[in-house]
Amino acid sequence: MEKVTIKVFRGTPEEGEISTYETPTFPGMVVLDAIHYIQQNLEPSLACRWNCKAAKCGSCSAEVNGHPKLMCKSSIEEYPSGEITVTPLKTFPLVKDLVTDVSWNYRVSSRIPPLVPKPDAAGKPFNMQQIDVERVQEFRKCIECFLCQDVCHILREHDRTDAFYGPRQMVKLASLDMHPMDNLDRKESIKNDGGVGYCNITKCCTEVCPEHIHITDNAIIPLKERIADEYYDPIQGLLRKIGIIKRTTKQPFDSVPNEQTTVHSAR
Amino acid sequence: MVEPYDIFEYDVLIVGAGGAGLRAAISAKEAGCSVGVICKSLLGKAHTVMAEGGVAAALANMSSPDGAKEPDGWEVHFVDTMKGGAFLNNWRTVEIFTKEAPERVLELEQYGAVFDRTPEGAIAQRPFGGHKYRRLNHVGDRTGLELIRTLQDKAVGTGMNVHMEVTLTKLLLNDGRVVGAFGYYRETGKLVVFKAKAVVLATGGWGRMYRFTSNSWEGTGDGLMMAYEAGAELLDMEMIQFHPTGMIWPPSMRGILVTEGVRGEGGFLKNKNGERFMFNEDYTPALYKGQFAEEPEEGLRWLEDKKNNRRPPELLPRDVVSRAVYREVQAGRGCEHGGVYLDVTHRGAGYILKKLPSMHEQFHALGNLDITKEPMEVYPTVHYTMGGVRVSPEECATTVPGLYAAGEVAAGLHGANRLGGNSLSDIMVFGKRAGDAAAAFAKTQNSHGTIDESQIETELNTLLDPLTATEGENPYAIHQELQEEMQKNCMIAKTEEGLTHCLETIISLQGRAKRLKMSGGRIFNPGWHAARDVRFMLRTSEVITRCALLRKESRGAQWRIDYDHLDNEYWGKHNLISQKDGDAVKIEARLLDPLPPHLKVLFEETK
Ligand code: SF4
Ligand code: SF4
Ligand code: FES
Repeated sequence: MEKVTIKVFRGTPEEGEISTYETPTFPGMVVLDAIHYIQQNLEPSLACRWNCKAAKCGSCSAEVNGHPKLMCKSSIEEYPSGEITVTPLKTFPLVKDLVTDVSWNYRVSSRIPPLVPKPDAAGKPFNMQQIDVERVQEFRKCIECFLCQDVCHILREHDRTDAFYGPRQMVKLASLDMHPMDNLDRKESIKNDGGVGYCNITKCCTEVCPEHIHITDNAIIPLKERIADEYYDPIQGLLRKIGIIKRTTKQPFDSVPNEQTTVHSAR
Repeated sequence: MVEPYDIFEYDVLIVGAGGAGLRAAISAKEAGCSVGVICKSLLGKAHTVMAEGGVAAALANMSSPDGAKEPDGWEVHFVDTMKGGAFLNNWRTVEIFTKEAPERVLELEQYGAVFDRTPEGAIAQRPFGGHKYRRLNHVGDRTGLELIRTLQDKAVGTGMNVHMEVTLTKLLLNDGRVVGAFGYYRETGKLVVFKAKAVVLATGGWGRMYRFTSNSWEGTGDGLMMAYEAGAELLDMEMIQFHPTGMIWPPSMRGILVTEGVRGEGGFLKNKNGERFMFNEDYTPALYKGQFAEEPEEGLRWLEDKKNNRRPPELLPRDVVSRAVYREVQAGRGCEHGGVYLDVTHRGAGYILKKLPSMHEQFHALGNLDITKEPMEVYPTVHYTMGGVRVSPEECATTVPGLYAAGEVAAGLHGANRLGGNSLSDIMVFGKRAGDAAAAFAKTQNSHGTIDESQIETELNTLLDPLTATEGENPYAIHQELQEEMQKNCMIAKTEEGLTHCLETIISLQGRAKRLKMSGGRIFNPGWHAARDVRFMLRTSEVITRCALLRKESRGAQWRIDYDHLDNEYWGKHNLISQKDGDAVKIEARLLDPLPPHLKVLFEETK
């Protein structure tokens, strides 16, 4: 392939269309290179986000031929037809061209309190074994590209941003709830604020995750199970009542002040 | 009359949301101040995420096979950092840094960072170039991501005002004191003013004026230049670090780093004749003679038995390896695309997949290259700026009242060359100190200073003229010419002749950049943003080039082919300080503070 045809969405929420550009190709080229070529040579005002160009920052998310992808991790050679369509993430409000307003994700994230160390671990070096932190480390690989948020039908088709935090935040909640030193009882919040029950395990999020995090199997399903144990399991409930197993000893969710963070939006 | 703009008022304004900015924000909020954080990109995307190796702090967690703890401590870390910086560092800054780094790392763990563990359950530490003991606390090869995400989550949990995708272009002054900042929303192109009692600059480094750089589009020197325009002194601007193994082929990967880990796992550097040129004894400086393997066989044995063998010379410090690569290419022994080969194929696919999984994946996905089968092609790439805004060691105060700076934009800690791993601890130690000091200063101010509309108006005109101009140059074209020139004449090997040429080119480009033209409107228009950026880059490049011309010696990252020696008599005792003087740059060689006796003895003790 000497040349590739790039069809890019150009426009604002008011009006827009697909514009077609031709760009030369070079070895190893990725879709983001094509977008940069267009910016530098054909259309300087073409808007896109990027930072690292190394699949580490999660900025360059877009839909390539309809699939949520990092543009810097999508090789041109994956598209042998020589025609590639690039459109913005559909789930989030459009700003311009390939840029969408993803600030909702940050607002939701700021409602999740950070780690609250257990009293006997607070203020001193943690003693934890590698095997006990590995599970959490998988979740912490997340680069916040929001591709999983984009693909999840609860947000994408049903627009339930009011009820469900989305797979990215389930991963974050799991990383805290399964942290060996966290002392905050997050279950109620995971259920009521996070809306984990809305997920019906279609696994679409896992498929698009560029960090290969097993979002559904390792984060969401265990969270669902923890909550089911706590709220619905009759045997556990009984044992708890007669004091054989204790209710969680973690400190209540509302015992930490939720400091107000405001994520401002330009519009 | 200036067009309408939004106004926000905070006690402390943090410019930049990488590790330093976020750590400063946490401190300022905990001190009881209202805090605004300005991100040029989205929150959590800053350059901090690129750091792989780890965060250096002498926790002394590691033991040798016989069970004895490695005798690490701040004293050894101090000596290593000063040596690495070729003694151009500010000793007081280094002292504070090495003493406080362990505390900051442990605090990060309390905030939620999940480091890799030792068998005893403590934070695991790995060895790295220039550090005497295993000192890099890490999470696989994504330590930077762990650090920024942890600080981000802690910061939003502490409570602040986050303004994403805002570019600031001017610090507003009143009576010589910083009272706020002005800029625009990238999304809408509308204007915004932040009033503040104190401002912390945490805008990172600048590498975009070079063609080969690991920096993102953000590294244009805007934060640095805002401080310069406000009258702040800059320090050590000639000191720019090159990482020896940046990718140069395929072109899509140009500038992307290949971690030192590839060489650590046995990767060879080879020229086009297949020779492992690092074994050429001319490349090993006297200081390191006898400390590295002299035969390839010993280098191979080292991989299995580190105690009885010396490490291969591919693992010499960054500046040494960069110079060797440059010399090979100059001598016509480079590979087809102008670099050298970095080859790890001999280690076998199984081993590579186990030890370097993310490197393997990265090359495969990003460059369609299988590093288990083919060598990589590498060349030195601009990586880090040791120089920057001059600040006081204790408070990170710049020479402008109300203005503080921390992290890569500030200077003094790393001297002429930074050790790997020291940047992540730098941003936490001095991010915290800057946040504390800015909060304390803000509390001494009863009210916000008055904003002088005329300063906004001047800046606004500069900003908007490319959009209204009927004719002018394309900023991308000027940027490209600047990159070519800096790459050719202000890169790794410098000469009087090349630098003079470079300076002339910069000055002529500055003239052309007075008239820029850009199409499109103000809504998320990268071309328009590039117009302001290129002017910042031109001025930054001018300061770098002038300083490199003045320092007539070779030290750390500064390599002058025409003055190929250390001049300890004069230059070893002087820093270069640059300051705005009308339209000109005033540069002064200023005497370093000599090491006090209590630190001098450390060099005897740790020998
Ligand atoms: S598995 Fe759940 S969270 Fe993931 S895409 Fe499906 S519904 Fe959404
Ligand atoms: S979980 Fe994966 S897909 Fe979702 S935001 Fe994180 S990295 Fe992206
Ligand atoms: S640019 Fe950072 S992930 Fe693509």
